[in-house]
Amino acid sequence: MIPRSFEYSAPGTLDEAVALLQKLGSDAKILSGGQSLIPMMKLRLASPPHIVDINRIPGLDYITEKDGFLRIGALVRESDLERSELVRSRFPILVDTTSVIADPLVRNQATVCGNLAHGDPANDHPATMLALGAIVVAVGPRGERDVPVENFFPALFTTALEADEILREIKIPIPPPSTGGAYLKLERKVGDYATAGVAVQITLNNSGACTAAAGIGLTNVGFTPIKAVKAEAFVKGKQLDQAAVKQASEIAAGESHPVDDIRGPADYKRDLVRVLTARAIVRALERVKGGV
Amino acid sequence: MAAINVKVNGVDHKAEVEPRLLLVHFIREVLRLTGTHIGCDTSHCGACTVVLDGRAVKSCTVFAIQADGREVLTVEGLEQDGKLNHLQEGFFQEHGLQCGFCTPGMLMTGYEFLKNNAEPSEDEIRHAISGNLCRCTGYVNIVKAYQYAAQKMREGGAQ
Amino acid sequence: MTPRTSPEVGGMGHSVKRKEDPRFLRGQGNYVDDVVLPDMLYLDIVRSPYAHAKITNIDTSKALAIPGVAAVITGKDLAQYNLHWMPTLMSDTQMVLPVEKVMYQAQEVAAVLATSRYVAADGVDAVEIDYDPLPVVVDPKKALLPDAPVLRTDKEGKKDNHIWHWEWGDKAATDKTFQEAEVTVQEDIYIPRIHVSSIETCGCVAHFNKVTGKLTVWMTTQAPHAIRTVFALVAGHVGLAEHKIQIISPDIGGGFGGKVPVYPGYVIAVAASVLTGKPVKWIEDRMENLQADSFARDYHISAELAGKKDGTITGLRIKTIADHGYTDAAANPSKFPAGLFHICTGSYDLKAAHVEVDGAYTNKPPGGIAYRCSFRVTEAVHTIERIADVMAHEIGMDPAEFRFKNFIKPEQFPYKSALGWEYDSGNYAAALKLAMERIEYDELRKEQAEKRARGELTGIGISSFTEIVGAGPSKHFDILGLKMFDSAEIRVHPTGKVIARFGTKSQGQGHETTYAQIIAEELGFPVADIAVEEGDTDTAPYGLGTYASRSTPVAGAACAMAARKIRDKARKIAAYLLEAHEDDLEWEPGKFFVKGSPDRAKTIQEISLAAYTNHPPGVEAGLEAVDYYDPPNLTYPFGSYICVVDIDKGTGEVKIRRFVAVDDCGNIINPMIVEGQIHGGLTMGLAPAMYEEIQYDESGNNLNGSFMNYLLPTAVETPKWETDKTCTPSPHHPLGAKGVGESATVGAPAAIVNAVVDAMWHLGVRHIDIPITPAKVWKLLRENGVSE
Repeated sequence: MIPRSFEYSAPGTLDEAVALLQKLGSDAKILSGGQSLIPMMKLRLASPPHIVDINRIPGLDYITEKDGFLRIGALVRESDLERSELVRSRFPILVDTTSVIADPLVRNQATVCGNLAHGDPANDHPATMLALGAIVVAVGPRGERDVPVENFFPALFTTALEADEILREIKIPIPPPSTGGAYLKLERKVGDYATAGVAVQITLNNSGACTAAAGIGLTNVGFTPIKAVKAEAFVKGKQLDQAAVKQASEIAAGESHPVDDIRGPADYKRDLVRVLTARAIVRALERVKGGV
Repeated sequence: MAAINVKVNGVDHKAEVEPRLLLVHFIREVLRLTGTHIGCDTSHCGACTVVLDGRAVKSCTVFAIQADGREVLTVEGLEQDGKLNHLQEGFFQEHGLQCGFCTPGMLMTGYEFLKNNAEPSEDEIRHAISGNLCRCTGYVNIVKAYQYAAQKMREGGAQ
Repeated sequence: MTPRTSPEVGGMGHSVKRKEDPRFLRGQGNYVDDVVLPDMLYLDIVRSPYAHAKITNIDTSKALAIPGVAAVITGKDLAQYNLHWMPTLMSDTQMVLPVEKVMYQAQEVAAVLATSRYVAADGVDAVEIDYDPLPVVVDPKKALLPDAPVLRTDKEGKKDNHIWHWEWGDKAATDKTFQEAEVTVQEDIYIPRIHVSSIETCGCVAHFNKVTGKLTVWMTTQAPHAIRTVFALVAGHVGLAEHKIQIISPDIGGGFGGKVPVYPGYVIAVAASVLTGKPVKWIEDRMENLQADSFARDYHISAELAGKKDGTITGLRIKTIADHGYTDAAANPSKFPAGLFHICTGSYDLKAAHVEVDGAYTNKPPGGIAYRCSFRVTEAVHTIERIADVMAHEIGMDPAEFRFKNFIKPEQFPYKSALGWEYDSGNYAAALKLAMERIEYDELRKEQAEKRARGELTGIGISSFTEIVGAGPSKHFDILGLKMFDSAEIRVHPTGKVIARFGTKSQGQGHETTYAQIIAEELGFPVADIAVEEGDTDTAPYGLGTYASRSTPVAGAACAMAARKIRDKARKIAAYLLEAHEDDLEWEPGKFFVKGSPDRAKTIQEISLAAYTNHPPGVEAGLEAVDYYDPPNLTYPFGSYICVVDIDKGTGEVKIRRFVAVDDCGNIINPMIVEGQIHGGLTMGLAPAMYEEIQYDESGNNLNGSFMNYLLPTAVETPKWETDKTCTPSPHHPLGAKGVGESATVGAPAAIVNAVVDAMWHLGVRHIDIPITPAKVWKLLRENGVSE
């Protein structure tokens, strides 16, 4: 459990970091929290010749609300998210999510942006970000660009980031009033990846029907994080009574593509998506009404 | 090789290290502070937990070079003026340890946790130590040790 | 039991704070990986990616070219010294390093020696090995079919994968109980392969001094003395004689049986140190540990119970296939290839029983160590407690009532079981009764019925287990011929301070405290004045070590007996000092006094000084004693556990709402330590019941080779254990104690499974194999028409 040797750089600015990435190309790997990367390096499943450590770049650890977005900087740790008053009061779904990632010690190092940038469909934030309609801000030699999170995960362990780009920020639209969200995950024990996870965000209109802003994201039931678009389309404009919740959850289950593995057979996971979707919608509705 | 300077338990340590040197090996093998243990190598067991700039982290999953210019607290740094801290005392009083291998990690996790949680519930304590595996105690008495320390800290201030 | 000594003295019954804690709390323990010697080399191991393959070539040139790599050792190198194979504890053979073929994934194939562990790891990467894959057998049932490929081609004439057949009990009498039975039940029960996963892995530092010819090995071992003898027997032909071998077992970060056997890594490190003349450190990483050694269980059991309609059970019949991996390296007493599995009649009075076990070779690493249990007792308890519960449910009788009906009654002790054991003492009904009161059993049954009417699933499970620990009487118990006695040596210094040494080795059990308390109890020295040492074969008396809950039953007894020898001598000295006849003296902890004249007394400290300064004529100076204790019988701790679970119909998750454990381990030395042992044991019962399993795919790949997929419960999964106790002393142990370290691990899983099945019995569920995963429960629910 010893990593292979590598070159190490710790740039002091984002520009320097981008310049390094541009120079090194695919030889470089960004180190932020390192809680996925370092174990992979110790297992020698990953052996990047050059590590670009972005932890020395100041000013990337912000959680702020600005211009209609919650903004999470590249060096915000999971535990920062968990403790943020802003997040706790406005985005309980983010607290749901971060608090079931790995364990408290890992969360002290692991970054929220890294949880997306790793491109792992088993990670928890992607589903939540899909449900929230988040935008990934990438910075590279060609400047900054926004990538809607639904376009961020083209394939297994792959993201829309170019080799010379850094995920600088996640932007989450501030939801309108009468919005609630929840993330539910079934894990075999603390620290495990999800057997299945479901994130739901809904906004109700004046008549109590679901608006077009509904978002449903699924964790670890496919080769990429899944945006359950059919279930989202189904709930739009609907009163979410018991029957509608049931139907939505069945549609979401149908959108999952799990495989048999050590966490369980595919049919089990598909059914978990159904159960967790229904429960997450109910929890989200409670939160619309001010529940916790 | 790279030159690093890490303050460990209040003392500056300069060393030349390979970038791949893990912080836990720096602490154990370069500084010879062997209270920090290695139990799983994959960031699951927490036996290697140290406090890095105030936060408890798994030192098997941090490179030593990342600690350059920063402060590390290990189990050897908990005792002050020959006196165990409240959590160490709690482990002693409540039989919170058996083989002792996970204990330093449990103590370092608690060092950070109790600073931020004066009156933790049992459930909060159990979640706080969920990144530290213990194979001997069944956790019951570790929870009690945390409660003992929290009580002492409320009564007698920090330590 | 009210303590006889003051808290300051700290004899039996006092919750004395542990003497070992101050060093551990300060990070000042001394574990094997903390040992660093000048010029030390690091050993790292190249392991096989295949479960069964011929080795066609090993190219070490690239590894040797790395600066800092000192040597690469292969099987061929060891073969020159005939050290490439070694005997196992069960007199089978095990490869140290292979010459021809590998037999399991992660098997040691070559070893790299380097100046640092980082360079050694690079060296491992650079060794190039060519393999020719061979057919893999992972299922022991398939392994025993006639057309299965024969795995042990090294054994001349071996034509199958059958290791041994073992049976016990009266077959005819048992069959008769089944013929005459009004009710019979049968269940297939698989107890999967699990892994002890002490938080410290295995390792050693071997140092062969070429000048003195002495080999010193700091080693993670629970049995240092036996290891010394094994080393001398295995390597005697290369010049390692037993007086020049020192095994030091320093602080051990948990053992649980995993640190009993000799693993190839230790032997390679010793060989490497002998070859290089330098100290060599070998420390497993967790993946190696989880993939190569320390495996337990793996019993495929078919159990049948015969009985009457009124709930009386009469006969038990068990057939088992034991998967040993590629060699039988189980840690059992030599006469018992299936360990103490024939304790399987448990807490019940039944007429006849018969057990058969067949060992099978497969392409897996060797299994059969204990996982915190006394030689297959867990397998036995799980079987009887499961099958008893099945019969109770089958005939519609409450499982508690069923147990009360069949328990061995207190007046039947000493009780000779159908399979020949003589149970020393017990009061099983009292323990179950207390557990039922603590958990409010009758209320729970009412609540369960109400919930069931609403479609909710709650289950209540009981396990009333009997253990068999403290191996063992030398008539039946030996390991490789070494009788399973244990030892204590106590020396009292002139100033009234004591050092005591033992043949056992604590791995967290608190021996330094417990043994000191026994001496305090017997001699009245305060615990603070007693130093306890174990684990250094140069200084400690010979013993068989710590496993199978044997330290208190055997070495604890030796400690009491040695102390009593000292007390006998102290009486002579006191008589001399008091100018009284020995028979006129009375003892109370800490002093002798003249009968009727309590102020004419000599304290044990005064006597200690006199032993060196004023000893009686005709009596040797000094005050010390050694005892090698050969127990007359095993001890039989027992208990009753009750578990309450709630099942989530949507996800299949099982939530343990409450778990009450009532244990009876006879007289207790340190209540605090005993309770801690039970907490830990319960958690290691929970673990295999719900989380842990080592699985292999058809190619023999280990699917649980790191803590990512081998799931040790955290504090969040672990329930808040509720404990209580009854006390039925052992009649033959000098302190009336029985041993407790493993009871809870042995007893807990059945309570959990019984609760889960109890919750679903009305749906048609009869059994569930451990670990009880949400996926398995979900499947049972959906198969029986239950959903959310």
